[in-house]
Amino acid sequence: MGRIVTLTASQTPGLDAVLARHPCEESQLIPLLQDIQDHVGYISAESMRAAATHLNIPESSVYGVVTFYSQFYLTRQGRHKVKVCQGTACHVRGAVEIIRAVTARLGIKPGETTRDFEFSVERVACFGSCALAPVMVVNEKVYGNVTPEMAIRILDELT
Amino acid sequence: MSVELTFTIDGVSLTAQKGDTVLNAAKAAGIYIPHLCFSEGLESYGACRLCIVEIDDVRGMPTSCSTQVKEGMVVHNDVASVNRVRRMVCEMLIADHPLVCLSCSANMNCRLQDVAAFLGIKGSRLRRMVRKPIVDDSNPFYTRDLSKCILCGLCTRSCHELRGVGAIEIAGRGFESRIAAPGDGPVRDSTCTSCGECVDRCPVNALWAKHETLPPTATVRTTCGYCGCGCGIELGTRGGKIVRVRGDRSAPSNRGSLCVKGRFGLDFVSAPDRLTTPLIKRNGVFKEATWEEALDLVADKLTSIRDQHGADALAGLSSAKCTNEENYVFQKFFRAGLGTNNVDHCARLCHASTVAGLARAFGSGAMTNPQIEFEHADCIFVTGSNTTEAHPITAISIIKAVVEHGATLIVADPRRIDLTRYATLHIRQRSGTDVALFNAMIHVIITEGLGDDAFIQGRTEGFEALKACVADCTPEWAEPITGIPADKIREAARLYAAADRGSIAYSMGITQHTTGTDNVLALANLAMVTGNVGRASTGVNPLRGQNNVQGACDLGALPNKYPGYQDVEAPDIRKRFEAAWKTPLSPTNGLTVTEIVSAAGSGAIRGLYVMGENPMLSDPNLNHVEQALKDVEFLCVQDIFMTETAELADVVLPAASFAEKDGTFTNTDRRVQRVRTAVPKPGEARDDWAILCDIATRTGYPMAYASPSEILDEIASVSPIYGGLSFDRIASEGLQWPCPDRDHPGTTFLHEGEFKRGKGKFHATPFKVAAEEPDTDYPFLLTTGRYLYHWHTRTMTSRTKGLEEICPPTPIEIHPDDAALAGIEHGDIIEVSSRRGTIEANAHVTDRSPRGTVFMAFHFHEGAANRLTIDAVDPIAKIPEFKVCAVRISTAATTKKTDNA
Repeated sequence: MGRIVTLTASQTPGLDAVLARHPCEESQLIPLLQDIQDHVGYISAESMRAAATHLNIPESSVYGVVTFYSQFYLTRQGRHKVKVCQGTACHVRGAVEIIRAVTARLGIKPGETTRDFEFSVERVACFGSCALAPVMVVNEKVYGNVTPEMAIRILDELT
Repeated sequence: MSVELTFTIDGVSLTAQKGDTVLNAAKAAGIYIPHLCFSEGLESYGACRLCIVEIDDVRGMPTSCSTQVKEGMVVHNDVASVNRVRRMVCEMLIADHPLVCLSCSANMNCRLQDVAAFLGIKGSRLRRMVRKPIVDDSNPFYTRDLSKCILCGLCTRSCHELRGVGAIEIAGRGFESRIAAPGDGPVRDSTCTSCGECVDRCPVNALWAKHETLPPTATVRTTCGYCGCGCGIELGTRGGKIVRVRGDRSAPSNRGSLCVKGRFGLDFVSAPDRLTTPLIKRNGVFKEATWEEALDLVADKLTSIRDQHGADALAGLSSAKCTNEENYVFQKFFRAGLGTNNVDHCARLCHASTVAGLARAFGSGAMTNPQIEFEHADCIFVTGSNTTEAHPITAISIIKAVVEHGATLIVADPRRIDLTRYATLHIRQRSGTDVALFNAMIHVIITEGLGDDAFIQGRTEGFEALKACVADCTPEWAEPITGIPADKIREAARLYAAADRGSIAYSMGITQHTTGTDNVLALANLAMVTGNVGRASTGVNPLRGQNNVQGACDLGALPNKYPGYQDVEAPDIRKRFEAAWKTPLSPTNGLTVTEIVSAAGSGAIRGLYVMGENPMLSDPNLNHVEQALKDVEFLCVQDIFMTETAELADVVLPAASFAEKDGTFTNTDRRVQRVRTAVPKPGEARDDWAILCDIATRTGYPMAYASPSEILDEIASVSPIYGGLSFDRIASEGLQWPCPDRDHPGTTFLHEGEFKRGKGKFHATPFKVAAEEPDTDYPFLLTTGRYLYHWHTRTMTSRTKGLEEICPPTPIEIHPDDAALAGIEHGDIIEVSSRRGTIEANAHVTDRSPRGTVFMAFHFHEGAANRLTIDAVDPIAKIPEFKVCAVRISTAATTKKTDNA
């Protein structure tokens, strides 16, 4: 019937506390989504509904923003986030070999997460650290002048 | 005063008003500038880059949709430099658009085709990246194929900007951009209300209406037959059937917008179970009869009852669904032909308290200002109106006021209705405590000196009585009664009083109470205390329910009023009507709907004539109504379907639907608008007015008219408020009464400078409790209302499969806490009982309902809410208290069922 929206306490632990930190204004959408992602790890359907209700905006608007920005994930991500730069400088200095080594080691394609939710891998256009090319960022830590062997060693140290 | 600007497009000199865009000015002059993402009524978007032009002394190529005309501007439109760029843009659009024009439903009616043809596109130089069809077929009324979508954003913008629904948005980025409901799910699972605005505006038929399989061969402009919004519609017809419905963009009430019922819910017109021949009940079974037999029988029965028991043993229920002309003929037949004032109609059940209350306070019972004026109000106080569902087009103006003009919206409603999403303040009074709330608001306004003293001094009377009445009505007094915190009551009063243009909108949540008239009077007090009457975008605005409930009242389908609200019991007025109708008339007021039903039960009414009404579902305490209708000696029902009421009749006469007849409807704006024949009547069905004339003639009072136009001329001669109306005057656009003479332009808003009754009158309205409050035996408060997807007793809407699919019978809304306590889960079938009856309903667990209150719509005969409601009435208006009764919910009989939820 259209849909009768029902407000109930959220099933996701911590979500209500995150919402409570943000004023109920439309302009809060992106900071709120970032905050949710920091705490929950990704933006679930429930989080989007909760954000929409909290900010009093349509759920479709939230979905539009979440799908527009690559910073937001719609699925649960791995404990370790591996980002391999594919920018021009990194490409020239061998980024293709790095991504090949990483994906082969973890058995997933870029954009995917391992079944045990330990690792997610994604390609990134440029970190702006071209002097260190090729670059790989793992859990916010930047590794420069990476070789395929070094990349695998970094991953192995995390498991 | 608007300034006229002169400018040129391609050397042609044009004029425009200040604020006009180049594109609009060109359109008005009939000059084509290619465009795809512009549509009237929506903000300019500037996304498609096709309406670019060159303007002397302006850099680059600005978009004409977002560039305002300036004096002396020199615009170049159809020139090589501009068209070269447009061609590239068009080629990019075509590169991923399927070129299946011949088999596309938009063929010959596609804006992208227009653009390509204008630019002479031969093909695209770009690599084609056509998607396979990406079809969402989930909505019962329309289909979406994203592969055809050009991402102009008209659908998403009309959904957000215009309708305030926001079911869809552009998701993703780059080539992945797409129109999506949340989670890319089927649109059916979104908040979409199926209004079809997006379908109407899609320039390439990436969205199309499922029922529109063939283009129409003729188009008729008429007025929608559903609600009081009175939308102008264009019915496209072919082979005697309606094949397309469009909103009339030139209609002042809706400017092209429609709701799901008006756009997709007209299947009833050609439903196979329409009544097509007169039926006479013999030995309990209906048998087909000729018109001669049926008319003779009805006339015989009516005359013999009149001769034996007097004219007042007869009563008629006229219809707010029928035209003005038919209502006029109906009441004339009863008053002049049969000799009784026992004529009423379902307005008794919706706005009788409005008519009584506003007439006492202002002198006129109609909406003071038109719907569209909400748009420019500073503050709108909506109470007892679930506007988005019951008056969807009115809601557009309210939402626009908030979103575009920053108006303050106060919603006072026990339920968390959709409109609360836009509300500055939502206060939830307990059903039946409205007077306490309004009195407390007035108390705050008076004690804090927020009122309009000049208005009170100059234009009103009785202020001292009001002041005394509300002296003790502090917000703290009202808090325990209404359940609204005192500071919220203060806030509401201050917000409303602070507005320069404050407008009140209300509906059945206010009127359908034993204190209905008091509720209306209290709202009138509130408006007058703050000087919010008699100016544009102010007023007290009862949103009328049926398409022609305003007209049925105007034309005297009321037991105490002749056409034009002229008193039956005033001897000089009676004399005038006796002269006009050439027969003596009864000097005493007749009975109201509720009284007629009681009198039928007691035997005082022996013959009942019902035209286009279904009291067997619409009236309170149905078990009582059913007995009364069974007991009455003779019941004649004139309708388009075999309704629950018709089943009980002795004679059933087949009538014409709104799409099959000529006449006028008067919408909630008091706007008298044309209704035109679009398709032929089924079988032997006839116009209501023609049937009535034949029966009147047979009862010895000859009535005959050549056409409805002639009837309206007669109405104009006896009813001063309609004095200036005629078919030719309202051919292109309706007129708002009062319109006393042929040169009068109609009246946009009432009470300017002076109230109809002279001075506005304040009435003391002390708070009274509802007739039946919850108690230990019946602990829940039941309040009733409507859903967007159904119309009243579903006689019309149940014939549209999609409406039934979206809103099946019979939901009851209950708060999660109450449900948990009672062990009820969403989708359970539960038993609901009141002191008058028991029904089964499907639990919808939602906090739209406040704790302790359950809500049901009265549409459904399966689990009819009115088997529960109480027939206690307002002492003045005789309107039943549909909004408050006590029920209990039986969990014992609960059967778990989820497939129907």
